[in-house]
Amino acid sequence: MTAVSDSGGLVDFDEALERFDPAMGLEVHVELNTVTKMFCGCRTEFGAEPNTQTCPTCLGLPGSLPVVNGKAVESAIRIGLALNCEIAEWCRFARKNYFYPDMPKNFQTSQYDEPIAFDGWTEVEINDGEGGVERFRIEIERAHMEEDTGKSLHVGGATGRIHGADYSLVDYNRAGIPLIEIVTKPITGTREKAPAVARAYVAALRDILLGLGVSDVRMEQGSLRCDVNLSLALAGSDKLGTRTETKNVNSLRSVERAARYEISRQAAILDAGESVLQETRHWHEDTGITTSGREKSDAEDYRYFPEPDLVPVAPSRPWVEELRGTLPEPPRERRARLQAVWGFADLEMRDVVAAGAIPVIEATVAAGTTPQAARKWWLSDLARRANEQGVELADLPISPEQVARVQTLVDEGALNDKLARQVIDGVVAGEGDPDAVVKARGLAIVSDEGALSEAVDRAIAANPDVADKIRDGKAAAAGALIGAVMKDMRGQADAGRVRELILEKLA
Amino acid sequence: MSAGSDLVRRSAADLADALASGETTSVELTRACLDRIAQVDGAVHAFLHVDAEGALAQAAASDARRAAGRPASALDGVPIAVKDVLATEGLPTTCGSRILEGWVPPYDATVVARLRAAGLPILGKTNMDEFAMGSSTEHSAYGPTHNPWDLDRIPGGSGGGSSAAVAAFEAPLAIGTDTGGSIRQPGAVTGTVGVKPTYGGVSRYGLVALANSLDQAGPVTRTVLDAALLHEVIGGHDPKDSTSIDAPLPALVEAARQGAAADLSGVRVGVVRELGGEGYQAGVQQRFDEAVQLLVGAGAEVVEVSCPSFVHALAAYYLIMPSEASSNLARFDAMRYGLRVLPETIDNPSAEEVMRATRDAGFGDEAKRRIILGTYALSSGYYEAYYGQAQKVRTLISRDFEAAFGQADVLVSPTAPTTAFPIGEKLDDPLAMYLNDIATIPANLAGVPGVSVPAGLAPEDGLPVGFQVLAPALADDRLYRVGAALEALLEKEWGRPLLGLDKLDHRIPEVTR
Amino acid sequence: MPEISRDEVAHLADLARIELSDAELDHLAPQLSVILESVASIAEVAAGDIPPTSHAVPLTNVFRADEPEPCLTAEQALSGAPASEQQRFAVPRILGDEQ
Ligand SMILES: [Mg+2]
Ligand SMILES: [Zn+2]
Repeated sequence: MTAVSDSGGLVDFDEALERFDPAMGLEVHVELNTVTKMFCGCRTEFGAEPNTQTCPTCLGLPGSLPVVNGKAVESAIRIGLALNCEIAEWCRFARKNYFYPDMPKNFQTSQYDEPIAFDGWTEVEINDGEGGVERFRIEIERAHMEEDTGKSLHVGGATGRIHGADYSLVDYNRAGIPLIEIVTKPITGTREKAPAVARAYVAALRDILLGLGVSDVRMEQGSLRCDVNLSLALAGSDKLGTRTETKNVNSLRSVERAARYEISRQAAILDAGESVLQETRHWHEDTGITTSGREKSDAEDYRYFPEPDLVPVAPSRPWVEELRGTLPEPPRERRARLQAVWGFADLEMRDVVAAGAIPVIEATVAAGTTPQAARKWWLSDLARRANEQGVELADLPISPEQVARVQTLVDEGALNDKLARQVIDGVVAGEGDPDAVVKARGLAIVSDEGALSEAVDRAIAANPDVADKIRDGKAAAAGALIGAVMKDMRGQADAGRVRELILEKLA
Repeated sequence: MSAGSDLVRRSAADLADALASGETTSVELTRACLDRIAQVDGAVHAFLHVDAEGALAQAAASDARRAAGRPASALDGVPIAVKDVLATEGLPTTCGSRILEGWVPPYDATVVARLRAAGLPILGKTNMDEFAMGSSTEHSAYGPTHNPWDLDRIPGGSGGGSSAAVAAFEAPLAIGTDTGGSIRQPGAVTGTVGVKPTYGGVSRYGLVALANSLDQAGPVTRTVLDAALLHEVIGGHDPKDSTSIDAPLPALVEAARQGAAADLSGVRVGVVRELGGEGYQAGVQQRFDEAVQLLVGAGAEVVEVSCPSFVHALAAYYLIMPSEASSNLARFDAMRYGLRVLPETIDNPSAEEVMRATRDAGFGDEAKRRIILGTYALSSGYYEAYYGQAQKVRTLISRDFEAAFGQADVLVSPTAPTTAFPIGEKLDDPLAMYLNDIATIPANLAGVPGVSVPAGLAPEDGLPVGFQVLAPALADDRLYRVGAALEALLEKEWGRPLLGLDKLDHRIPEVTR
Repeated sequence: MPEISRDEVAHLADLARIELSDAELDHLAPQLSVILESVASIAEVAAGDIPPTSHAVPLTNVFRADEPEPCLTAEQALSGAPASEQQRFAVPRILGDEQ
């Protein structure tokens, strides 16, 4: 470990980019949403009681054998096709041999030099900072099939983390869940946009996977996990620098932050005339830094060889073409189509894309709102919340159907915007469905004309100057009175009706 | 001679008839086997675990099925011994290793499940070289098995427990597993019949792997017909084994019955030039040559065939097998099951330190040798030169077989180059030990089936000699036809089977356990 | 080919997670050298154009339907565990990377 990386020295991001060019490689592990595991018939449900979803095979018991889940192969091929990959005519599983307590066989059944999908690409868009969109083509090296490991709980020690723990407790429910590992080729030429491109790539991948319906892609549950490989080269040099591998960066925001952090950190090391250590690093969501993990040494020797318990996978071309026929519309075409259908301006659509809000808006519209209303909710209030909490829109504890219901209540005049926001608050806080929140918090608009009329009278009496102006025909002055009435009614009035009443009374 | 000792000497086919006719019951028969085990196993040490209670309960259930007129199979009620490398739910499974001492699997191997479904009471688990690594059963962590023909000699390996149990009349039937000859070579040196089926013909699910691409479970019996009956019970497609062949078994019992008529006209028998002669014990070669002449007498057309790549089979085998084994045995790490050794010198040791200490204490010498060898052969920089190259040799060996089977319907050779050697003789000379498998290994590398049939006793030492018959993949029926013919021809010459209680009983002291 | 050195055996034992004593290393290294010498001939046998055989019986595309089968109970799964706690396998402290 170098002195600079120890001391946590950082170079200002923009300054780092003056001297260095970043190159990135992104490795994404996607848990498929198959009903059963990769090589056995155990269920894959998230959150089951520990060690209740295991069998001799996924526990690695002596004598047990794997059998490939055909649906997982199908998903792997569809992912490959959606990423414009070649699909292998013939490929195999291999054993990756290394010891780790959460890996039951002490080898991972994976693919090595014969991945099922390879040589693909996908395109991502980021804001160019001037109101336009800049596109980057990301080359995909490979997508291959493998299996997940078990999950360890570290007991004792100060932090509950692995370091300093007294012992660990392992649950093998997750062991054997099918994973697709998607690896990019080095991404270069993105300069200061590298962090944004990294984020946009993972977001794009997530949308593609969601569209394919092959994974839940819930980053917070670990069904989509990202490793960010990053190296710096002297600006203008075409020689790649030494890279670090930051493991398990598990939100879009973190992908961007981790890339940014590594650029600043590595720049500081290089500026000090030291060399970057080739190592894995850990991302710390809370502090926004990476710390040193395991050094990648030549001693790491996985002794790959073809898995003798499995036979080769040789997808027939007709099967591949049949699967190609099941692919959803590609994201870019889909975006163009939805923009036309929704009638969004370019700028509006750009924000929607940047916020990753297409799927939630689509679902909200499907639940019965107008596109503009859906956009308004997801891109203002909810986007702010998601940002504050560092989660994705789709991961907020409110569903598109619930958002649509709130809007319906507004359209029906039962809520005004301010009340609607409070209802959203309640839903997000776990107080139940919108209707339940309205009831529990007593948020419905007061439709009692008598009460409203009295409140208007009180406001007129308290603001004689304003009332005079309105009487003189300055209807625009009504705003002040409306505000007073709304305050009096604690917001629970329909502002439109209040205005009508004021104008009636002062006509 | 008691009724029990009369029962234990009979063949499984014979016993099946006796059960069907009501002459005996499964409980009586099972008890006779258990009594015999109690008498002699202290000296033979064929069993690592005897499940008297379970076997008798299964026997009683079998008798109930018979009484109800619903036997589960032809062999319903005939007891069997199972090599300790197959997972048995509720019964210890150690693979002859300290590292699995006390492990009781929560599931049955498919072979075991099929035995249970067919109603064969399971007498117990038989001794073996640790994780099937050996040719003598001396590498068992629980002590060697002794050859019933001469207790100072090895019973072959790795399945010496199964072959000795059957040879010593402790069980009429047993299951073995054969990765490089572990069914056939023990068969040869104990005067029993051992069959390695076509790779993929018998499910490997629940067979604790030595070398996954070579392992196959198969019958260990005293007669060829018994082997066919057992093979039909355990064989056939299993969706839990991806390498299992999804095709019906050929008619094996029928082939054995046909062979017993000893008419081999029209059958072409190829003598493999590379498997015999130099390096083979004179008496072994003599009995082999005589047996070939008997086949000629029965109408077989004998040709000599050459398989030049077979000379590299041993080298390929000793790279592929340890490579696969080194990876298979990685799971024995003290985390989920089996032995856990805490190193004494370390305070609060880490998982890695516990793994190292446990694997040092839990594995024997031969397992360590092979793990290290396999780790070496797979490590980066050596893979192509070793594992990759060995896989190419496999291709060459398969091509040799293909060419030879173009000239002959079956191939024949001595099963093992020598008769049983004294216990301890080759224990610290791994290379000499490995040479025992020279004639059996090619079949494993190519996946073809093979049988070892007793061919008599070597004149110089009076110990059994095995005659090996090999057939093309999926043509296991040919083994039974030719094997049964040879058996019939030899027994006609001898006037009785090679193995007899009377012949062995003066050699095995009665030991009450 | 190969003389296998004592250091190399120690490195391999390390990869294979076996704590070998000095005596074991002394014993094993020469034995492994002899074995490796005996398999060395394999290098000359097969020329480049020979395809490797990984399986004797050539099968492809053996798949299982994505349909659940009964699992072991947690009790069965943990039945062989040297130690367990909270329905999980208790293992000594793990050094190295978090997965
Ligand atoms: Mg991977
Ligand atoms: Zn499972």
